[in-house]
Amino acid sequence: MIAAALSAATVGVAVNDETGTIVPRIDLGAWVDTFVDWLTTSFTGFFDAIKDALQGAYDAVDWVFSTPPFWVVALVLALVATWAKSWRLGLTVLIGLVVIAGVDQWDHAMDTLSLVLVSAVIALVVAIPLGIWAARNDHVSRVLRPVLDFLQTMPAFVYLIPTVVIFLTGAVPGIVATVLFALAPGVRFTELGIRQVDSEVVEAGRAFGATDRRILRQIQVPLALPTIMAGVNQVIMLSLSMVVVAGMVGAGGLGGDVVSALQQIDVGLGFEAGLSVVILAILLDRVTSGLADRAPVSVALAKVRS
Amino acid sequence: MGTTASAPTGQQAPAVRIENVYKVFGRRPQKAVRRLEEGASRDEVKDLGTAAVIDVSFDVAPGEIFVVMGLSGSGKSTLIRMINGLWAPTAGHVRLGDDDLAAVGGARLRELRRTRVSMVFQHFALLPHRTVLENAAYPLEIQGVGKQERAERAARALDLVGLDGWHDSLPSQLSGGMRQRVGLARALAADTDVLLMDEAFSALDPLIRREMQEQLIELQRSLGKTIVFITHDLNEAMHLGDRIAVMRDGRVVQIGTPEQILSEPADDYVAQFVTDVDRTRVLTAASVMTPTGEPDPAAPGTSAVPTPDGVPVVAEDTPLADLFAPAAESEVPLTVQDDAGHVVGHIDREALLEAMVPEQGTTPDPAVVSNAAPATTEGAVR
Repeated sequence: MIAAALSAATVGVAVNDETGTIVPRIDLGAWVDTFVDWLTTSFTGFFDAIKDALQGAYDAVDWVFSTPPFWVVALVLALVATWAKSWRLGLTVLIGLVVIAGVDQWDHAMDTLSLVLVSAVIALVVAIPLGIWAARNDHVSRVLRPVLDFLQTMPAFVYLIPTVVIFLTGAVPGIVATVLFALAPGVRFTELGIRQVDSEVVEAGRAFGATDRRILRQIQVPLALPTIMAGVNQVIMLSLSMVVVAGMVGAGGLGGDVVSALQQIDVGLGFEAGLSVVILAILLDRVTSGLADRAPVSVALAKVRS
Repeated sequence: MGTTASAPTGQQAPAVRIENVYKVFGRRPQKAVRRLEEGASRDEVKDLGTAAVIDVSFDVAPGEIFVVMGLSGSGKSTLIRMINGLWAPTAGHVRLGDDDLAAVGGARLRELRRTRVSMVFQHFALLPHRTVLENAAYPLEIQGVGKQERAERAARALDLVGLDGWHDSLPSQLSGGMRQRVGLARALAADTDVLLMDEAFSALDPLIRREMQEQLIELQRSLGKTIVFITHDLNEAMHLGDRIAVMRDGRVVQIGTPEQILSEPADDYVAQFVTDVDRTRVLTAASVMTPTGEPDPAAPGTSAVPTPDGVPVVAEDTPLADLFAPAAESEVPLTVQDDAGHVVGHIDREALLEAMVPEQGTTPDPAVVSNAAPATTEGAVR
């Protein structure tokens, strides 16, 4: 009897062949495969529509940056930088863009810039309302937090796999993966910014009979704007890094160069493409942080300091 | 509960009426209220929720300055926020004119906040990105008043508080006192008859605070607003209040005029506060004088005769602080007159000195005082 029980127990704790431990194999990967397959076949029409829309948006933005001659685009971007911050930044941007053209990366850089802009705008359109909702509703905040943690910590490359399965290769899977990757800081900063607004000021709005919508529009968003703009900056910078990685799925632009440089061990090309990415990063970062400083609350506070 | 003085202006319908109001924050507020009604103490219902306000009732008459005095955690901030519906009472009624705030819907509540009651905040609560004028005009903007009229009315309110010429400044460019003037102007611009002031002067330094208190009293005299003023400073309460409600641990322990609270503190807790009060600014000539007795109708003019030269005359409502100098300079007792010029009493130096001593029996025993030290539940209420 005892021996039988013992042998049964031994069988019970038998080492699993696949995992090499006593834990049975959890076939999570297969389930995700099945799920993505099901998704692809069931929602073909839906995904085709998304693909067409994203491709259209990307083509339109890319057309704007790629059609005019190099010097026109460079000058306009320099002017934008001047307006956002200072003529010094404008000059820096101009020199940077000339360098990009000089290393023959202009067309690819414009493709990358278009990818970043399309992805970042979509990410922000999703993230800011989500952040506002989370700031006003603790349940939403509690549900969103682990989702955002997941999105932010998942290795960037992993996003490319399902998006390639669904959207094949090209700019669209790159944009979709980028939006997912860059979403989190937009939501977080918006929520943080709105939650940090002085509760007494919000109370004042309520005490004078303002509706929630008016309080959001006239008090919470303006006062949270410097923080929200920091989120916008983060979203754009993450978009840039992801768009380069998306070169692996044929999203094109500088990412494509980086990937082919990697495959061919072409140090020179890798450096030129990498340098162009750095210049774009500086441009995007300085211009967006310059815009953040132009938020009414920031301007009001800066006036006092001077 | 201690002595409940009726509102001085008596017959008029109260501007604000608080009836057996409870506010409990926490998991089971209704059950906590039932337990409290059965006589449970605040600590006994701690598991059910935090009782911030317990069974508070009072009326505020139109044109009265009603001060709610208490330390932090006494529930005064919660109480004032129920008067404009920022918090709903857990039980009881808050009436603003004819409206029961517990019964009105969201739209009507916003309407009442726009038209009946405005608020001044401890830390000013101004919009940093808007100019002084725009801040003062904000309630009017919410009311939907046109831009031109908005600016005019806000400018008038800023004039009232002495901030003309600062219209285009930003709040951050102003000192604390001036910012609070903007807060006050904003509440005045809303043109409501009830004004709630939540520790409005507590963040200001003492000199500015005194100045703001004087200004508030002056404004109240000229505009006739009903003011509910929250403070933790009994001197401020005594200085401003027509009547004062002293709160402790969510309950009102005494309601009365400053002189009632000073001369008849309801319990040791109130007495302990009273010892710190500057009596010379609260007590008036009328309260310390030896009355002349009934004016003799048979001898008209006895009291109206001009007092002999050299005898100093003071008005009934002169604070004690202003009696010392004349009393010191005069060999004879001071003569006290009422508004009509009738002599109503005399004050000698001895009476003046005696008035400075808290009445025997109400002098707090040091041991009792330390026991009565408020057990504040900081954080729960604020």
